[in-house]
Amino acid sequence: MTAVRHAEDPILVAEGVHRHFGGVTAVDVERIEVPRGQITALIGPNGAGKTTLFNCLTGFDAADAGTWTFDGRAMAGLVRHKVARAGMVRTFQLTRVLGKLTVMENMLLGAAQPGEKFSRALVKPWWKAARESEIQHAEELLVRFKLDAKRDDYAASLSGGQRKLLEMARALMARPRLLMLDEPMAGVNPALVQSLLDHIAELPSQGVSVVFVEHDMHVVKTIADWVVVMAEGKVVAEGEPGPTLANPAVIDAYLGAHHDVDLRAIIREREGSAS
Amino acid sequence: MALIDALLAAGQQILSPVTAAFALAAIGLNIHYGYTGLINFGQAGFVAVGAYGFALSVVWLGLPTWVAILIAFGAAALFAVLLGIPTLRLRGDYLAIVTIAAAEIVRYTVNSALFDDVTGGAQGITNNPSQGSDYSTWLDQFNPFGEGRIELGPWVFTGTSLWWALVTWVIVGLVTLLVWLLMRSPWGLTLRGVREDQEAMASLGKNVGAIKMQALVLGGVIGAMAGILYVLPAAVSPIDFNSRMTFNLFTIVLLGGAATIFGPILGSILFWAVLVLSEAAITWLVDIGVLAAVADAPQLRFALVGLALALLIVFRPQGILGNRKEMSFDRS
Repeated sequence: MTAVRHAEDPILVAEGVHRHFGGVTAVDVERIEVPRGQITALIGPNGAGKTTLFNCLTGFDAADAGTWTFDGRAMAGLVRHKVARAGMVRTFQLTRVLGKLTVMENMLLGAAQPGEKFSRALVKPWWKAARESEIQHAEELLVRFKLDAKRDDYAASLSGGQRKLLEMARALMARPRLLMLDEPMAGVNPALVQSLLDHIAELPSQGVSVVFVEHDMHVVKTIADWVVVMAEGKVVAEGEPGPTLANPAVIDAYLGAHHDVDLRAIIREREGSAS
Repeated sequence: MALIDALLAAGQQILSPVTAAFALAAIGLNIHYGYTGLINFGQAGFVAVGAYGFALSVVWLGLPTWVAILIAFGAAALFAVLLGIPTLRLRGDYLAIVTIAAAEIVRYTVNSALFDDVTGGAQGITNNPSQGSDYSTWLDQFNPFGEGRIELGPWVFTGTSLWWALVTWVIVGLVTLLVWLLMRSPWGLTLRGVREDQEAMASLGKNVGAIKMQALVLGGVIGAMAGILYVLPAAVSPIDFNSRMTFNLFTIVLLGGAATIFGPILGSILFWAVLVLSEAAITWLVDIGVLAAVADAPQLRFALVGLALALLIVFRPQGILGNRKEMSFDRS
């Protein structure tokens, strides 16, 4: 096992996070750090507890034990919408767009507006200006995510990849300081993956730290500044992508020995040994 | 001749306070179900709480009308909060079960002989000054039409009934304006967001529980307002607030188009017009000997309403004012 190297200036530090379902331990993380202003990849085999950890940290699931601080603020036990308001905004592995609302309405719900208070809703002048500035912000984001042509379409009419884009753009409307993406590339057409990656890569320069769950090692190598490897609920390695991914223990145990071999080569090899 | 009479009767029914009260109760239910996606199967309970809260405050406690109205609203808001606290965090169908049960609890309670002295039990509350029990005299004093007969085109009203029709429909108009103002606001958008996906809304920092509670209270208070309108021109009768009222309200919301501003009004007008016309049709069929003259033949009209609702769901699921495109995205 690699010696655990810690990040220099973490925006999120979690300690002793534990979650079990019945007798099964899903998450048992001694310590995990997410560096500020960087892109962190959270990797590991299926069932490693990545999504459960996401859920615990964002208040979507209740951890059985553990403490964590976001930007110095204790977050354990905070209800989920307050976690989001504090600046930790997550997306979902299975995209959750608001189908019978338009793309623009989806975007506007990402922002926190004064008119969302019942007491302010009746009188338009009390919320009009704020809403208009959010519409402008949303339009800029939609252009960046190539969804501007879909502005007034129902979100339900978008393709799977476009929904991923919308979910990410909508999360950015919430002005996150830490964006937590759960498998942002899953089910996305390869042509769109590159554009999604570009968007993610831009985020740190805009003051958004990113942590994302991913299975594709090429994606991880391309954009991650930091990698955390989980297996069986534990953090087994963390560090810069090069050395961490090259670590034989990580490769063998968690990524499979053939992770960087072309699939066709493996098939050929098998067919060769069979004949 | 019979057809013209039936059409005239339908027209009279449309103008009646009952149609207005159902439109108002449906506006409240539309906030719950149409906009927020809360399956409230107990809207009749909110209507009952409003009707009894108002009438009892005047008759039993002797309070002024405006205080009685506030008490009715407060009672409905409290009823909504009591229902909401245990159920809103659970899945939608739990709210449906709890609301239908709670509405029946309200009805059985006011209907019970145990509280005869206060609620009048199954007799309900009389609204007749000559019997020493009335709650609409205060509003009646503003009646500009007098007591006599008033002819309005082919329709004949008493001055009092015209006054009630005017009051109730003006209130429906004002509440419709209020709902329109609310639904165009960012607050209104959060309701529809909650209807679509609560987890997504929570991930964006929205307090889903609070939004649902606000919607439940608002729709419930509008339901209570409908209850006051419903009993103003008549007496309070507990049997009216049974589950059939709730299901008629759902029919109205779906007929007009859920999550539309004018859907509940149009739905209520059509619902009552169809009810009156089908009653006339059944009476006519009995007269010409096609149907046997059994005592409850007119009840057959509710079977026709059920059939109409089934056809509506199959052929126009979005209702009359609803958006077909929206429905095409509902998972089949």
